Amino acid sequence: MSRHTLSVLVEDKPGVLTRVAGLFARRAFNIHSLAVGPTEVDGVSRITVVVDAEGDLLEQVTKQLNKLVNVIKIVELVPENSVQRDHVLIKVRADAVTRLQVTQAVDLFRASIVDVSTDSLVVEATGTTEKLDALLGVLEPFGIREIVQSGTLAVGRGSRSMSDRALRAS
Amino acid sequence: MSKGTPISPSLMASKPSAAKAADSVDTVDSASAVLGPNRVVGPTEMTGSEAIVRSLEELGVDDVFGLPGGAILPTYDPLMASKINHVLVRHEQGAGHAAQGYAMVTGRVGVCIATSGPGATNLVTAIADAHMDSVPLVAITGQVSSAVIGSDAFQEADIVGITMPITKHSFLVTKAEDIPRTLAEAFHLASTGRPGPVLVDITKDAQQAKTTFSWPPKIDLPGYRPVTRGHSKQVREAARLIAASSKPVLYVGGGVVKAHASAELLALAEATGAPVVTTLTARGAFPDSHPQHVGMPGMHGGVAAVTALQQADLLVTLGARFDDRVTGVLSTFAPNAKVIHADIDPAEISKNRTADVPIVGSVKEIIPELTEAVRASGAAPDLGPWWSFLRRLLEDYPLGWTEPEDGLIAPQRIIKRLGELTGPEGVYVAGVGQHQMWAAQFIRYERPHAWLNSAGLGTMGYSVPAAMGAKVGDPDRVVWAIDGDGCFQMTNQELATCALNNIPIKVAVINNSSLGMVRQWQTLFYDGRYSNTDLHTGHETVRIPDFVKLGEAYGCASFRVEREEDIDAVIKEALEINDRPVVIDFVVSPNAMVWPMVPAGVSNDLIQVARNSTPDWEEED
Repeated sequence: MSRHTLSVLVEDKPGVLTRVAGLFARRAFNIHSLAVGPTEVDGVSRITVVVDAEGDLLEQVTKQLNKLVNVIKIVELVPENSVQRDHVLIKVRADAVTRLQVTQAVDLFRASIVDVSTDSLVVEATGTTEKLDALLGVLEPFGIREIVQSGTLAVGRGSRSMSDRALRAS
Repeated sequence: MSKGTPISPSLMASKPSAAKAADSVDTVDSASAVLGPNRVVGPTEMTGSEAIVRSLEELGVDDVFGLPGGAILPTYDPLMASKINHVLVRHEQGAGHAAQGYAMVTGRVGVCIATSGPGATNLVTAIADAHMDSVPLVAITGQVSSAVIGSDAFQEADIVGITMPITKHSFLVTKAEDIPRTLAEAFHLASTGRPGPVLVDITKDAQQAKTTFSWPPKIDLPGYRPVTRGHSKQVREAARLIAASSKPVLYVGGGVVKAHASAELLALAEATGAPVVTTLTARGAFPDSHPQHVGMPGMHGGVAAVTALQQADLLVTLGARFDDRVTGVLSTFAPNAKVIHADIDPAEISKNRTADVPIVGSVKEIIPELTEAVRASGAAPDLGPWWSFLRRLLEDYPLGWTEPEDGLIAPQRIIKRLGELTGPEGVYVAGVGQHQMWAAQFIRYERPHAWLNSAGLGTMGYSVPAAMGAKVGDPDRVVWAIDGDGCFQMTNQELATCALNNIPIKVAVINNSSLGMVRQWQTLFYDGRYSNTDLHTGHETVRIPDFVKLGEAYGCASFRVEREEDIDAVIKEALEINDRPVVIDFVVSPNAMVWPMVPAGVSNDLIQVARNSTPDWEEED
């Protein structure tokens, strides 16, 4: 099934994330990733959710989300017209012998090293899912100890803002 | 807006932006969205609990159903002085179903009140029921003080969390000043768009705190903009399909009852000349006596109604949702039909069956527009062959029953006589099971809001408390609870509420001494192995409990009918009694079965009119 990125503006009320997550669970919709945070508008949060759905099912997902009273607006962001980024922290084995190879790989991906110890490094990287997968592939042979990954963040290209019209309402 | 693409126009229409709202789509204006007479009340000092009662009064609430407890105690004090009629139930589930019954007959929001913890969880079944059947309900629950929330305090339960999947929306109120606005929002949400249950959980400290009350509050629901007016272009397209159809069916669901659109439906039906089927939730939305009515579709629907949908070339779907009990195996349902689907909930459209012409909006507004468009098109297709096909089915396969071989009364006869002797002005409230299906089949419904049942959730025990609520809402009507012996034992404690509060409902217990519908499936699909379905309440059993004694214990006039010749006399006697509730124990055959039936998991084409007997489709006339 194909992945679609939905940007969802919600009222910043207690339980709103539970409402969204619970809806996905009870209707058996698959979430690939989910990220939530405040926006430029007070009292409004933005949830970026990547779903495994297409066609009628994707339409159901969006309609059901729209029924949640705390959901203000939903827009699908397609890759051609949006910037989509994941953020990852990777703890990788790197001793005196391998450290140089690891740092070279990190440089190639324009990632950065944010913590060093005698036998490991913590690598921080931002990019598309594909780029981060490739980075992980390169680091894998050295021995990955931990991976921490954010949900995808996405924003439309161009000057217009998703919250403009939705929030001028009242 | 970003350059992201909206997923579909119909979907975005449900939440139009302010800029768009002006041009085409009618939305509910939030300024005048506060229910009730909208009297202006200047700033007045009071407690949160007084604000709850005062808000209910300002919202126009006359009757509420509930049961007090620790966390809601502050609110019960000012309630005592209020003009609001509080009906003290014996179990909170009864309060919930009573509020449903009240809402179903009046079209107003039903209100139930319970305390925290077990009081609130006892409402859960009724809330879920209201959610499935789109009943406007506001449930107010007390909650432990905000300072101890999350500490597993005495009688603490996260009722907002518990009910999240089964409410239209829910609120946790921890500040007294939020009470009036929250209640106004709850009533607005429950009663507009697709109606449904809304839970308002109010902490004890919010009830006790001082606040400044004023009315009306300002409703602030930026994400809630139900569309009521259908898209004109879609309506014209629907009229075009109707004009081109030679085998149309108006597939009418409970949404038409909720929208009070029966008169509009009648006009559309007569303008099109098309056959009408009314689903389990829509019985009475179109008069049974009307020559265009061909019956109820579904698992226990009539042959003509089921076949009409199967053979149709066009379904004009009005406030219905393609429930599995109607469609049977979805992929084989109405295989040759195009689908017009009008519904106020955009998420129902193309959820189960893809719509060719989706129309989002209230059927109250869509149907008259559609009628006008149909008349304007002038094209009147020849429905003669379609009608002669359906007429033959109606004649060859009328609803009926065979007399039981054990000499006991056929339950169908009792229900039929009950409807005939009471008439179409009565209100009939069923539980769930065989008696529910017979009540849907054998009572003639001529008006909406006369038939109440738990359709979507299938809640045994709905009948007695819902009938109680219906009688409170419409006290001048005869209200029959048509119940089974299984259902009756789940909620009959509310007979005490009825007897003490002068709510004279009449209960017909169709006593087949078993969980009849389950037993029927055991007969048909489990080789007659009757696992755990015998209830020992009927003919030649120990009769535990004895329903006549039970009724008497609750202060009800109580009767037992065991002979066919007594049916009419006892029903007539019951109809004369108006000073207390009536319980009639109708002892019937446990072997009676509900027919026709589409067995679960097969196509509607395999409908059986009796055991192993399918209609003869090939017959020519």
